[in-house]
Amino acid sequence: MRYAETGFNLEVDLTRGSIERVPTDPRLTELHLGGLGTNAKIFWDRVPPETEPFSEENLLVFGTGILTGTPAPGCNRTVLSTISPQTRLFAYSMMGGFWAPELKHSGYDKLIVRGKSPELVYLWIQDDTVEIRDASHYRGLGTLETAELLRQELNEPHAQVASIGLAGENRVFYASVEQGRSSASRLGVGAVMGDKNLKAIAVRGSKDINIARPAEFIGLCNDALKFIKHRNANPIPGVMPILAGLGSPQEMAIHDEKWHTENFAWGNARVRRKGFWTDEIRELWTNTMETMRTRLLSCHNCPMKCGAAISVDTRLCSYMMKCFSKLTYTMGAFSNLEFGLKIAQKATEHGVDSFTAPQTMAFAIELYEAGILTDKDMPGMPTDSEGRFFWLLDRIVRREGIGDILANGTHWAAQEIGNGAEEYAHNNIKKHEQLPLKLGMLNPIYFLMYSTGEKINITQIEGNFPQAPFPTREQREAFVADWPQVPNEKLKQHFLDWELRGENSIPHYPSAEATCDIVEWQEMMHYIDDATGMCAGLSSFPLKPPFHIHNLPALISAGTGLDLDEAGLTHLTRRNRNLVRANNLRRGMTRSDEKPPADHWKKRFPELEENLMDTYYAFKGWNRDGVPTRETLHALDLDYVYEDFIERGILKEEETVGASGKASAEGSAS
Amino acid sequence: MSAAKKKKTKIVKTIKIDVDKCNGCRACEVICSAFHAEPRYSSDNPARSRIRVIRDPLADIYVPVFAGEYTASECAGRNTYTIDGKEYEECAFCRASCPSRDVFKEPDSDLPLKCDLCESDPTLEEPMCVQWCLADALIFEEREEEVEEEEAVDEMDVGLEALANKHGWHKVADAVARMSKKA
Repeated sequence: MRYAETGFNLEVDLTRGSIERVPTDPRLTELHLGGLGTNAKIFWDRVPPETEPFSEENLLVFGTGILTGTPAPGCNRTVLSTISPQTRLFAYSMMGGFWAPELKHSGYDKLIVRGKSPELVYLWIQDDTVEIRDASHYRGLGTLETAELLRQELNEPHAQVASIGLAGENRVFYASVEQGRSSASRLGVGAVMGDKNLKAIAVRGSKDINIARPAEFIGLCNDALKFIKHRNANPIPGVMPILAGLGSPQEMAIHDEKWHTENFAWGNARVRRKGFWTDEIRELWTNTMETMRTRLLSCHNCPMKCGAAISVDTRLCSYMMKCFSKLTYTMGAFSNLEFGLKIAQKATEHGVDSFTAPQTMAFAIELYEAGILTDKDMPGMPTDSEGRFFWLLDRIVRREGIGDILANGTHWAAQEIGNGAEEYAHNNIKKHEQLPLKLGMLNPIYFLMYSTGEKINITQIEGNFPQAPFPTREQREAFVADWPQVPNEKLKQHFLDWELRGENSIPHYPSAEATCDIVEWQEMMHYIDDATGMCAGLSSFPLKPPFHIHNLPALISAGTGLDLDEAGLTHLTRRNRNLVRANNLRRGMTRSDEKPPADHWKKRFPELEENLMDTYYAFKGWNRDGVPTRETLHALDLDYVYEDFIERGILKEEETVGASGKASAEGSAS
Repeated sequence: MSAAKKKKTKIVKTIKIDVDKCNGCRACEVICSAFHAEPRYSSDNPARSRIRVIRDPLADIYVPVFAGEYTASECAGRNTYTIDGKEYEECAFCRASCPSRDVFKEPDSDLPLKCDLCESDPTLEEPMCVQWCLADALIFEEREEEVEEEEAVDEMDVGLEALANKHGWHKVADAVARMSKKA
């Protein structure tokens, strides 16, 4: 018997209309666990680097984590993988909610979609019965609208539905896959689903998920719940409210937005508004939230409540929202919270990424104000900011007029518009829009995370280490006194010695070596979560979470029957991390792509940054071009990656850690 | 029947459900199915759970319901209730394992499921669903109540009474007399 996983993938070929239930190799579970790890392996094996994002050969994989659907709290994540139309790299975008547990309860660890359907279709998965069905009557409908109508059509109120809206159907490069309370928004997974002519996937499962060592497993779950109660009652002192507790940042529950509105940039990620958060604004926005927010919502089997039902019309719940999407439209349009919540409803139904969409619209308005886009490009665009945002959203999701260009995101739109537009696509990493954050002094930890994070999204890279030093040594000592989550004592020392000003402050402290330790830890935690299906909000994201490197090996082992200790899990995580990278290196990603937006910090230090990159690459067992060496790959049982790298000239036989490899680093990912 | 019934105390167990506090996470379903798995916690499957959250997210409806009695036939007519502007089907509050819906039945055999408040030895402090509901939408309460002591009814009395209800005392007496002659 297989434990925690089902041992089967569901393979659907939309070109041929075939459906297969395929047993998986238990050895792959031992090597990669599940989720992102096994997704990356599938892409390595089956999606050669020449594969175009919009082609029959590109796969769209919906992977569940190894612990998804078990009683482990917060294990509900779906990891979607594909080749991104925007970055043209291997992409993974994740969602919580209820979909992945339902898929596993119907007997599958992954849904692997290949090919393209000639007509718009949806998938109906009910345990062993799987059908490809006509979806022409859902064309153009919203994501939630489609889900609701599908449940009625199927007469299955318990079915969980993942769907795309107009944006996905029209292959908008930042189209999302929406699933009621959650969405996989980043990197254009919805566009690939649309390219495959797949409108929705409805799932209903009624099978057991088995646990290898039940008493031990439930004991660990009970401990975690007890700890969560304790942490909920004891927020961390000295950090801003949204970072003091567990879960994803508590944007739905907390009204105080001084930090975001005054420190994050408005419009096209440029304008800081010091002093914005007045008493008047606080009152107005609190009132907006209290009026429009109906209920706080959880994902499957998670005691946190990071989402909320939002009412923008006569319905008590017009859509569901979470996290920072609360402010991205508001700030992009220089507007107020009521506008932000209203347009987010439309955007959710259309299915677009709430980071990239508002930024692209703000970018278009800047171009218009600069005269690079003119009335000829924007016929009939309203004059008010809010009206313009609604107008642009509608053009983008329909790919009408200028919307057809903007639908490709700021990088590609700027290339196409030309005439100096490139300067305005200033907030990207690897062609992907980032949080609108512009700061003063370079932070070495964030420099490395931004540069090297393969998710290309800081919230899925940062986490357990405090974002900033605490002002006094006493505060720092109090913080580390109760910090069992750290992998080793070294990390406590790094934090103890980190100061706001003076010698031990950014950019020169933490040292390159210490920075590597800190980045490695945070990255490792995310890679563990991405394989287990655990939400970052209970593990890799918050300070002092219930799950960490000292208890996750026991939880995974008790659930799966594998015998993983800390060293084993750390090693496995490195394997997954390197395999994700290998997919991207093979697609042409190089060191020259690994950099934050040029204007992310005002004060930059080229030499220091070079040194950080060199030190980090060497620390990871990569050469100076960021390619894992033979030794590194061999130690991780990835000899087949080495062979491929040699064949493609990505590595030369004699290369060692930190050495320069490829003759040049000219071929960037495009 | 005796004239004066004795008073005695009994413990009434209640789970108070606060639908306003439910965040719809379904942890109650997960842990219920795991607790009742054989061996205990060896699997989980909300489809087997004896508590279900009746959910309609777009109507903001979240009602945890515990499995009650089995019923062979569904209601002839169903009412709707409007509470705070939300329209609930009667079924949203109904505990029956009923042909009209697929909850409170074993998925493979269709055998009815019923909440037993996690009866076990040793007795749990609280049923597992309550322990796992960190939102406090489920609150367990035990209270003592004075009740009139019922006389224990003999099992054979129950059977005979049922027969008498169906056939009349005369026929039953005849049958008993006839059969006892043969014996």
